[in-house]
Amino acid sequence: MNDAQSVMIVMPEIVMAIFGMLLLVAGAFCGNRAAKQVGYLAILGFTVTAFVMLCPGRLDHLEGGSVAAFGFHNMFVDDGFARFMKMLMLIAAGGSIMLSWSYMKQENLERFEYPVLILFATLGMMLMVSASDMLSLYVGLELQSLPLYVLAAFRRDDARSSEAGLKYFVLGALSSGLILYGISLIYGYAGTTDFVNLGYALREAAPPPIGILIGMVFICAALAFKVAAVPFHMWTPDVYEGAPTPVTAFFASAPKLAALALLVRLLMQPFSGMIHQWEQIIVFISVASMVLGCFAGLVQSNIKRLLAYSSIANIGFALAGLAAESKPGILGLLIYLAVYFANTLGAFGVVLCLRKNGKMVEKVDDLAGLAKSNPVLALAMAIFMFSMAGVPPFAGFFGKYFVFLAAAQSHLMPLAIIGLLSSVVSAFYYLRVIKVMYFDELREPIDPLPDWGVKTVITLGAVYMLLFTISPAAIIGHASEAVRSFLGG
Amino acid sequence: MTTTYPILSIVTFLPLVGALLIMLFARSGDDQEGSIKLSKALALIFSVATFIASLSIFCYYDPNNSGMQLVEHYVWMPSYNIAYIKGIDGISLWFVLISTFLTPICILSAIGGVKKRVKEFMIALLVLETMMVGMFTALDFVLFYLFFEGVLIPMYLIIGVWGGEKRTYAAYKFFLYTFLGSVLMLAAIFAMVLQLGTTDMTAMMGNKFAMPMAKWLWLAFFASFAVKTPMWPFHTWLPFAHVEAPTAGSVILAGVLLKMGGYGFIRVSLQMLPEASHYFAPLVMILSLIAIVYTSLVALVQTDMKKLIAYSSVAHMGFVTLGIFSMNQAGLDGAMIVMISHAFVSGALFLCVGVVYDRLHTREIARYGGMANNMPHYALVFMIFMLGSVGLPGTSGFVGEFLSMQGAYLANSAYAFVAATGVILGAAYMLWLYRRLFYGPLEKDDVKAMPDLNCREYAMFVPLIVFVFWIGIYPSTFRNMFAPTTAKLIEDVSAPAVSAAKVKP
Repeated sequence: MNDAQSVMIVMPEIVMAIFGMLLLVAGAFCGNRAAKQVGYLAILGFTVTAFVMLCPGRLDHLEGGSVAAFGFHNMFVDDGFARFMKMLMLIAAGGSIMLSWSYMKQENLERFEYPVLILFATLGMMLMVSASDMLSLYVGLELQSLPLYVLAAFRRDDARSSEAGLKYFVLGALSSGLILYGISLIYGYAGTTDFVNLGYALREAAPPPIGILIGMVFICAALAFKVAAVPFHMWTPDVYEGAPTPVTAFFASAPKLAALALLVRLLMQPFSGMIHQWEQIIVFISVASMVLGCFAGLVQSNIKRLLAYSSIANIGFALAGLAAESKPGILGLLIYLAVYFANTLGAFGVVLCLRKNGKMVEKVDDLAGLAKSNPVLALAMAIFMFSMAGVPPFAGFFGKYFVFLAAAQSHLMPLAIIGLLSSVVSAFYYLRVIKVMYFDELREPIDPLPDWGVKTVITLGAVYMLLFTISPAAIIGHASEAVRSFLGG
Repeated sequence: MTTTYPILSIVTFLPLVGALLIMLFARSGDDQEGSIKLSKALALIFSVATFIASLSIFCYYDPNNSGMQLVEHYVWMPSYNIAYIKGIDGISLWFVLISTFLTPICILSAIGGVKKRVKEFMIALLVLETMMVGMFTALDFVLFYLFFEGVLIPMYLIIGVWGGEKRTYAAYKFFLYTFLGSVLMLAAIFAMVLQLGTTDMTAMMGNKFAMPMAKWLWLAFFASFAVKTPMWPFHTWLPFAHVEAPTAGSVILAGVLLKMGGYGFIRVSLQMLPEASHYFAPLVMILSLIAIVYTSLVALVQTDMKKLIAYSSVAHMGFVTLGIFSMNQAGLDGAMIVMISHAFVSGALFLCVGVVYDRLHTREIARYGGMANNMPHYALVFMIFMLGSVGLPGTSGFVGEFLSMQGAYLANSAYAFVAATGVILGAAYMLWLYRRLFYGPLEKDDVKAMPDLNCREYAMFVPLIVFVFWIGIYPSTFRNMFAPTTAKLIEDVSAPAVSAAKVKP
């Protein structure tokens, strides 16, 4: 693999980085007046990146027919799995920028750094899902994390936002430390940081050396921090509540996709020889997240906290697919994520519409009577909530169906049953949102809806929740292709 | 006869089209009155159109063919072997017709009875109809589950938005109870799908699942269907849901939603898990008997009309499960007739309650009395349905209860004896209810002031009365349509020993 070919492999990331730097310069020259234009350009950047990524001719000249293309001496891999996840993340990032416009304007936060930071974080995520070496993994992870810390504290003059940023930073730094320590242990015992060689080494050495085991546990713990899985979830509700809502929407979607993708790649490829060791970890994390997310959500009165616990539970459900450690499991996980990110973005979009007398309101009770004052918005929220609860005919049901079917297939029926039962518990708090909107009397109507950015995200999200049911074959097809390129077969 | 167009899908989704049209065209912003009128008209037109379309199913249906008919098969999720399959046999045919028949009647009742958010109510009812018809015609497990659960959404809103005082509690209880049962069913579906690699229900009916796994599967399905039916002791959500739901909601709940449980028992428990059904039949029959006797006694002491009828529903559903799990032709036919009859009778009784509730806004039995004097037409209508519920010979209730007790007698004579006491208790609480409502002195001024039935109410009741007598006097019209299917079913089910022997070597 020569360097020219390697460059072709990372072309999407290069395009995105160039966009990011141009936007930074443009922003620096034009100042915050151009914040919105920078946002448009960032979305344009995502679109161009997606086109470059999916451009059919880009990888044609590489080793004929190979599904995974490695570049830069196995540091970087481009396969269907990575492309699928990148596509989701690009859409999520674009959606988060669209969600931010009206909020930033109303809160006097219109700064050009916001889209630029999101763009760089997304670039980091793309590197993460394409990492094929511990070092590129770490670089990607850090490139993702640093902008996120800044974003969490984006409302500098607000105590809660600063607290969120600090909390996220301290815990994020801790998890980065953990992952680095894990990497060093693995390098020390295996003598390589390359995923492919690591995979060979681990499959030959059975049982694996204790150092590698510990390193693997450290990496799992660190990534569990990033996806906010129990028992490393404690930062989530506070950060979600404190961070500006569009930022929270971004946190709940794209970075989780990236960290989960990374976890899947690590465990299914280099550590696939250690399935028996990591299976129990993932099963525990999955069950604990489902149960805690579903029960702790019951007592929340702040809708952002409620959605934080809901995201914890959702990660638990998604991890059930990984716990199945099979092709159907990963396929289920991909479908789950493809539904989840849109679902969560849409729900946060509705939260962004909750504004009374010019102030954001975040209590669940503030939704009271929404069905009367804004029937369409209430309908969209009801769709998102029913979908998250896993009630058919909405897309969320299929996500759960495929994930738990795969778990049951891998002899994890108890896990599937626990998951199904905890989804009943979580239905209680999703129903409460609907109850407040539909059953309760209107007290004070919300302000007129914000601009088209939020409306578009909500509409697309709600339509997607329904369209998926009518025509699921396209998404399932892409996801199966991703799994095929990733795990063969 | 065969069709070239997908009649089942048309019947399923026609109401949804109506709901979408209401959503799009009946904009509430500018012209409140006009939008309400338009939504009422659209709802009525589409529900009647659906009923007419469903009659064509009836015409195309060949009663002598015991297999699935009018089957539609479309690719849906090929990589998971999930397809969009629809079809009907003699069992589902009647439930489809009941759903399409009762919905226009409910819409008629809602036109007068629902005062707030009329447009949304019509949308909810039409969506509900789509879900019900879809569920009864689904032949793919994912599709089946999708509609089975999908019913919860409109019903949750109907109870919660248009219900009585404790509507929130009732709506939650209804939703969570059913949802809990359903997810256990989903787990069982997983297990079955994994064994066969397809979600096609006809394939599962052919493939009898082996014990002891079948026992677990059966229990998981039981959790779902027993809640839905509802069977004692899983019935506690029903009185609340009925009492709090608006009239139209109660009618649909009693008329169709409860039948989903009975239908599920026949379609899944009996047809897919016959051995386990044999194994658990005594348990179900004993629970049914408890339901018949216990809930009849509970009904006796009710002071709320709707609650009384709700408990009587549980008792009638006891006859259904008793008949189904007696596992013979008489019992199964009886269960079918009880379900068909109950759909008309209890639906009509809830409508009757709705008539006086719309006028006086109370369901307390003690608030009424002597209505035979000022509302003779209403008294007559109520009496017909009351007698239908009691099971007087000549009305629909008799045929079903008789057959299902005959089936129970064939299974075990003691069961029939206990069930018969339930019939007596049923007569007691219904006649007593009638006495308290209609006889005695007409003292209360507001009761005196109530007008008799109007044209809209006649339009609701007359078709129902026709069916009550039709089933009672000439049940063969109904039985002939499903008898070949039930006969074949019983033949399949009662040969588990043979199939077990086949599997063994």
